[in-house]
Amino acid sequence: MATLETTDTPGEGAGDGVRRRDFINIAAVSFAGVGAATVLLPLINQMNPSADVLALASIEVDLSAIKEGQAVKTIFRKQPLFIRHLTGAEISAADKVDPSSLRDPQTLEERTVDGKKQWLITMGVCTHLGCVPLGAGEGEIKGEFGGYFCPCHGSSYDTAARIRKGPAPTNLEVPKFAFKSDTVVQVG
Amino acid sequence: MSFPWAKHYAPKHPLMQWIDSRLPLPRLVYSAVGAGYPVPRNLNYFWNFGVLSGAALAIQIVTGIVLAMHYAANGLVAFDSVEHIMRDVNSGWMLRYAHANGASFFFIVVYLHIFRGLFYGSYKAPREMVWLLGLVIFLLMMATAFMGYVLPWGQMSFWGAKVITGLFGALPVVGTPIQTWLLGGFAPDNAALNRFFSLHYLLPFVIAGVIILHIWALHIPGSNNPTGIDVKGPQDTVPFHPYYTAKDGFGLGVFLFLYCAVLFFAPNALGHPDNYIAANPLSTPAHIVPEWYFWPFYAILRAFTVDFILPAKLWGVIAMFGSIILLFFLPWLDKSPVRSGNYRPAFKKFFWLLVIDVLILGWCGGAPAAEPYVMISQLAAAYYFAHFLIILPIVSRMERPLPLPNSITEAVLEKHGNAAA
Repeated sequence: MATLETTDTPGEGAGDGVRRRDFINIAAVSFAGVGAATVLLPLINQMNPSADVLALASIEVDLSAIKEGQAVKTIFRKQPLFIRHLTGAEISAADKVDPSSLRDPQTLEERTVDGKKQWLITMGVCTHLGCVPLGAGEGEIKGEFGGYFCPCHGSSYDTAARIRKGPAPTNLEVPKFAFKSDTVVQVG
Repeated sequence: MSFPWAKHYAPKHPLMQWIDSRLPLPRLVYSAVGAGYPVPRNLNYFWNFGVLSGAALAIQIVTGIVLAMHYAANGLVAFDSVEHIMRDVNSGWMLRYAHANGASFFFIVVYLHIFRGLFYGSYKAPREMVWLLGLVIFLLMMATAFMGYVLPWGQMSFWGAKVITGLFGALPVVGTPIQTWLLGGFAPDNAALNRFFSLHYLLPFVIAGVIILHIWALHIPGSNNPTGIDVKGPQDTVPFHPYYTAKDGFGLGVFLFLYCAVLFFAPNALGHPDNYIAANPLSTPAHIVPEWYFWPFYAILRAFTVDFILPAKLWGVIAMFGSIILLFFLPWLDKSPVRSGNYRPAFKKFFWLLVIDVLILGWCGGAPAAEPYVMISQLAAAYYFAHFLIILPIVSRMERPLPLPNSITEAVLEKHGNAAA
């Protein structure tokens, strides 16, 4: 600092304490900093999902072949997706539960679309540590609440795929979906 | 650097003089790991593990570079390319087993190196920076080992990657975007595999760089020793070469013998059989476990089962990272001016309790997440934190240490005299 002060010759400072050299220093270093930060952006952004990964980010599924009581496993965003055609008994079982008694309170209505309450569409990814629960395939155990059962750490989901027992913190995730027609649903 | 009585490099051969006056590299080597570096004369075999860690890193880099000549980091062929290495590539089976078991042996010697430092107080002033850099190396090693385990693209690779990146997903709000960013997709796939390969190749060289800083910082005060007291004069030291090059050489021989015994006679003993099944995103293995060297941390992660303000899963993540971050504060948590555990009767008992506690955590981390393992890991995790945050500060305040010897030489001669009598 001492050397800086000795270079502070009269005439350079214009009397307001701000020297031209300080200004140039700060301006140059700040500008270089902004430049470095800008270069960082593409270097970080390249790690986000690429266009081909995002292109698979929505799928269409034909539901016409899924009979009442059946379920299918398909793949959405490289992860299992469960589509389940609920029976009347399963719907009433889900409706009978008081949502406020649940760990992650939600009704079946909130997890399906209006007028299509029988179509339960969820990710097949346990919210605990990401295992694939059983219950969507033919003959797989559905757990004591009749929905899905995760064999990894024993999380049980009910017929609305809500968490009822075990370590999972939340209900099975419901992805964004919309019906394109009566039998075709677009997920994502 | 080092002590005033350190011998100076004086090359006799004209060629070495010519090189040394233009690039003083021989001089650097001489005074870092040669006759020009005085080391306490009383180091025991626990002081071998630094060199052994370096040797393990060298094995990993050499075998890793040749494996990368045959491996393909693509989700469609990665698993097959590993089988190709095992069956078709000349000596490929040996190189892959050497690399896989090399990782385990790297962690074995590093854990012994860390516990050596914990027992003899090597983290205390003036060696705090050595300790902190060592922890940075340890974190880099863990990242490297995790990403390396993903590369064979077996079931454990895939589901391990999913669970570990899922840890970041536990963070509130930013969690899911961070997980997606880390993976380059919504689940582990080609993008993740490729970037893990890239970083797995890079990080060992970063580790090598931090090791140079670690050794540089060590050579300012010089090595600690089993008495923990400072070097007082030339009579307390011997030159690194030939004394400790010979002692380290012997230790290296023993290390390589044990390593080869596992490599050639039980190459899969430390691995998980499920990783010989190709990755399948639609089928979860019944029991997801990381490699053995992560078990204590995995046990801490899973020890949290109850939501308390934050979700249990997030607490587990915080505790797991906290268990290592905590070690960065160790030089300031243990306030005792006595370094070596040999002169600290109370500390010594708690040190061995900590060793047992970490072994219990490791045992729980490899077990399924069911009772009684959950309860045991909760108690053991609580004790781990209590050791560093409560027991160490109190013990360092209350304990009356045993009388220290006046010098390293005195301690050595006294021991020698006792042995003779």
